[in-house]
Amino acid sequence: MNENGPAKAVLQLNEVHTYYGRIHALKGISCRIPSGGIVCLIGANGAGKSTTLMTICGVQPAAKGEILFEGRPIHRMRPEQIASLGISQVPEGRQIFPLMTTLENLEMGAYLRKDRDGIKRDLEKVYSLFPVLKERRNQLGGTLSGGEQQMLAIARALMSRPRLLLLDEPSLGLAPLLVERIFDTIQEINRAGTPIFLVEQNAQMALSISGWGYVMETGRIVLADRARALLEDEQVKKAYLGE
Amino acid sequence: METQAFLVQQIVNALFLGSIYALIALGYTMVYGIIQLINFAHGEMFTAGSFIGLIVLGALQRMGFVESHFVLSMFVVFAMAMAYVAFLGVAIEHVAYKPLRRASRLSALLSALGMSIFLSNGMMLSQGVSDRAYPPVLGTGGIHVLGARITYGQIFIVAFAVALMVGLNLFVKKTKLGKAMRATAQNRRMAGLLGINIDKTIRTTFVIGPALGAAAGVMVGMYYGSVRFDMGFIPGIKAFAAAVLGGIGNITGAMVGGMLIGMVEVLWAAFLPSEWKDVTAFIVLILVLYFRPTGILGERVIEERV
Repeated sequence: MNENGPAKAVLQLNEVHTYYGRIHALKGISCRIPSGGIVCLIGANGAGKSTTLMTICGVQPAAKGEILFEGRPIHRMRPEQIASLGISQVPEGRQIFPLMTTLENLEMGAYLRKDRDGIKRDLEKVYSLFPVLKERRNQLGGTLSGGEQQMLAIARALMSRPRLLLLDEPSLGLAPLLVERIFDTIQEINRAGTPIFLVEQNAQMALSISGWGYVMETGRIVLADRARALLEDEQVKKAYLGE
Repeated sequence: METQAFLVQQIVNALFLGSIYALIALGYTMVYGIIQLINFAHGEMFTAGSFIGLIVLGALQRMGFVESHFVLSMFVVFAMAMAYVAFLGVAIEHVAYKPLRRASRLSALLSALGMSIFLSNGMMLSQGVSDRAYPPVLGTGGIHVLGARITYGQIFIVAFAVALMVGLNLFVKKTKLGKAMRATAQNRRMAGLLGINIDKTIRTTFVIGPALGAAAGVMVGMYYGSVRFDMGFIPGIKAFAAAVLGGIGNITGAMVGGMLIGMVEVLWAAFLPSEWKDVTAFIVLILVLYFRPTGILGERVIEERV
């Protein structure tokens, strides 16, 4: 499994199988996220990209195979245990708590932390990353616009000081200008030291900021290469880049 | 002058009854909010609380403790009843609801119904089928307000009920665990992804709801002076109506709904044939739901779920 990418991996999936009832959603997925990098997973709707993230987080547990986080097996752990190790996910559709304020949503992101001062500092940090959240801090999450909710979802994930950030379709439903802002921010977060696993249908965008990319089709990884190489790949171009 | 006194008296009665319904309704609404289950066994929590209160109060009275340390005895009676029933609530959740968390809602609902029948029969077997008298501890002392007499007992009960509700509000708004409960109610999967222990927040709900119901049970026992194994049935369904009326899942809604139903019922009994008073809760419910199907405060933000 290790022939791809740099040697030191934050996260490694080995032959992971996941079922939704009788549906075989992941059919032996293997991939790795190098520490400090951005890796993207692209593919069509229903290929199993979100399932991969939910399996990593223990929400849809793996039936077979192993998942190693910083060398430690996590595939038998419960979601809250996995979160406490430092894996933070921004799920598809933002999943903001609609009846809690922006500030309360952010506080929930820091739920596992006990360092009050550190939380306060990180709150200022995410406010400087997304100034609009500071303006909206006392507004209910459900009343924010789609873009604001996406920013809040990312900021909430950052409040846990993640050691690995999983992003599911951060560009979904956002205006092109906003998509660019979000992707700039993702790069900024990564430059500050957080490895990122990015799931996207917007393959062009995702590959352009990633070091490595995986292509998924109906529960299997069918291609794995440097992102730059995938951008040039004829197959990828035809199927995912609309060329 | 007489009408005024009569009205004041009715307002006090309404506040009392409304507080009771509100306290019970909170248990229904909180459990529904977090696991989308109508906890049919909740009325039995109220009854169990009343019985524990009776047992503890009786023991304290025989020891002469109630006369010598009245306030402390009251505290002990409420604390014991609430703690016991909270434990019962957690046990019920563990045995009857937790194993069915991934099953259909109907299975859990039937389990709740079964639990209700089991508890009610258990109490009938252990406490008998007839009315049991509560020691008259609240006394008859009181004050006169605008010609009406308000007893210290009434003041104490309403004040205590309001204090419990204020406390609950502070808990869910200000504490970490309270916020985690709200987060779990609004989006359970996301709460888990953030590291919130879902089992713990659900268990907390089954501590608070039954404890509030138990407090209401002790209050009713002290106020009306008797308990019976099936006393929780009617207040239970009225409080459930109150929870739906306020908007099920909404804590403030349960308080508003409970107060409203208490008020309408008292007014009905005061001016209209009182044998029909048990129907009023449901008339109000039907009327409100006809115009506002989500209940008074039940307008949840619509949210796309994956």
